[in-house]
Amino acid sequence: MKDVSFGQYYPVSSFVHRVDPRLKILFLIAYIVAIFLANNFYALGACALVLVLTIAFSHVPVRKVFRAVRGILFLVVFTAAINVLFNASEEVYWAGPAVYWKWKIFSVTQAGIVFSAFLVIRLVLLVTFSSMLTYTTTPVALTDGLESLLTPLKWIRFPVHALALIMSLALRMIPILMDETERIRDAQKARGAAMDEGNLIKRVKAMIPVLIPLLLSAFRRADELGEAMESRCYMGGKKRTKYKKLRFTWRDLIAFLLIAALVTGVVLLRVYVGAFL
Amino acid sequence: MNPFPLRGLPLKGAARGRPPIITIKTMQITAEHLTYVYNPGSPFAVKALDDVSLTIEEGEFFGIIGHTGSGKSTFVKHLNGLIRLPSSQKHYKKPKAKKGQPAPVEPSLKVGEFDLADRKTDFRALRKKVGMVFQYPEAQLFAETVFDDVAFGLKNFEKDLKAEEIEAAVKAATEIVGLDYAAVKDVSPFDLSGGQRRRAAIAGVIVTKPEILVLDEPAAGLDPLGKKEIMELLHRLHRDWCRTIVIVSHDMDEIAENCTRAAVFSEGKLVCALPPKELFLKSEELLSLGLDIPLTAKLCAALAKRGVSVGCDFTVDGFVRAVLGAKGEKR
Ligand SMILES: Nc1ncnc2c1ncn2[C@@H]1O[C@H](COP(=O)(O)OP(=O)(O)OP(=O)(O)O)[C@@H](O)[C@H]1O
Ligand SMILES: [Mg+2]
Repeated sequence: MKDVSFGQYYPVSSFVHRVDPRLKILFLIAYIVAIFLANNFYALGACALVLVLTIAFSHVPVRKVFRAVRGILFLVVFTAAINVLFNASEEVYWAGPAVYWKWKIFSVTQAGIVFSAFLVIRLVLLVTFSSMLTYTTTPVALTDGLESLLTPLKWIRFPVHALALIMSLALRMIPILMDETERIRDAQKARGAAMDEGNLIKRVKAMIPVLIPLLLSAFRRADELGEAMESRCYMGGKKRTKYKKLRFTWRDLIAFLLIAALVTGVVLLRVYVGAFL
Repeated sequence: MNPFPLRGLPLKGAARGRPPIITIKTMQITAEHLTYVYNPGSPFAVKALDDVSLTIEEGEFFGIIGHTGSGKSTFVKHLNGLIRLPSSQKHYKKPKAKKGQPAPVEPSLKVGEFDLADRKTDFRALRKKVGMVFQYPEAQLFAETVFDDVAFGLKNFEKDLKAEEIEAAVKAATEIVGLDYAAVKDVSPFDLSGGQRRRAAIAGVIVTKPEILVLDEPAAGLDPLGKKEIMELLHRLHRDWCRTIVIVSHDMDEIAENCTRAAVFSEGKLVCALPPKELFLKSEELLSLGLDIPLTAKLCAALAKRGVSVGCDFTVDGFVRAVLGAKGEKR
């Protein structure tokens, strides 16, 4: 494993780690809704405050959290630039000219700056909060939570359990396949393969000696896993009990109150303060 | 008789009354204070190597033993630069000495003329000289035919070889590993049997005639006959192909029988590096490290309990000679 940081579980014990995974998923949804309901900077500030609290009580180093943002840096810069350049609205938000610069269809306006600042903050909050979910929840807990939340779909005969199993197996396989990739890469590098040199075509070609063995081993693993499950009489979802039962605790209540306060606050700010201030 | 007599160090040869073998030592491996941490600074941090200093002479058949997780693979991956020393990486900052303390020792590693602590070292040239066979090497096979797979490394290292030269080298490599060149060259490597696949993979490493060949548990997962054949192959290679062989192994009989010296690793530290003859005198210590001892050592211990002490070099041959000698004395 070269880089265990992006979107992967960070194994420490903390308040946030111990919140029920079902609630964490719901909170993430609530938070996303709050971000998109927030239409002024006070409301965004409130969202940011909740994020800061989450990070503070998660014991995940801030450095790690920033790394998740770095992954979308290009996207952020790109959207910000597009929004600044193509917004021709002449609304005024502060003293000064409404349009700073104009050339053909491009312009820099006050509205453009405000809009793109808004967008950037939203994006960063969104990605950071989502990565907090994966930093503080093991993949197993995550799929357990998801399965539990999707239970209602069982009424329409949707194979929720199978879906959850597929997800958890896929998640489980990621680090294994990463290790395997590393091993095969090492073996081919030892045979003089140049992995990160040359132009795009050369690089893609250099991938073949890694990809083929990797695919073969993935298929073999899948086969073996299927056999192992069958030989232990795995029969799918019916009447299966859980090793770890999910239970609500006082932590869940506190977290719930915080998120509920956030959503209420954002809605109130939206109604009484209005857009952009 | 052992068809492959031990290739002792020059000194040993002289000591045994044979003419000393004169060698110019060019591909010596010298590691000093080698330390390596996986995922430093994270909760996953593992100190896999801890201040290892070790010299492997050219011409040795060098064994590395140790409990699982003791850092053997990590050590051998340093030898061809798959794991880089900190000082050979970009953005390297020299650690500063704290006040009142001696300056921290920098790890260093030299393989022949290559200084692996130096960023400017040509790692590809190094890898040509230091071949590496990983555990389960058959996992690296990928090409459509055995020929293409074996030729892969050769073409990587030497860009302007003629077709005949490539063919000659591939033929030689497949034959020395014990495959029938004409029969396998156009076959898919995935159609070979397990043992054949491993041989093909080894051929794909040795095809460039590396001066040092490193093997990480080359006999893992093979049946006893397969193991024996691999060891015979290694002796063949040591005799005619690669000057130095470094082998990681869990099989103590193998080590006792074949190696000039063996290093013992434990929790990332080097415990000792001794010829098997001296190493297996320390049975107690090895057992306490969770390691096995060769059958000959067990037999010696059992005999000692019965009051018969036989001193031997722990090869099967040496043991038999020692026992016969002891018996003769009694008569
Ligand atoms: N890629 C990696 N990432 C993180 N930790 C690793 C990695 N590779 C090895 N380790 C850890 O480093 C330590 C030494 O591993 P290493 O593979 O060198 O041991 P080994 O002596 O070769 O063991 P074995 O006999 O099982 O092959 C182990 O604790 C292992 O868990
Ligand atoms: Mg190993």
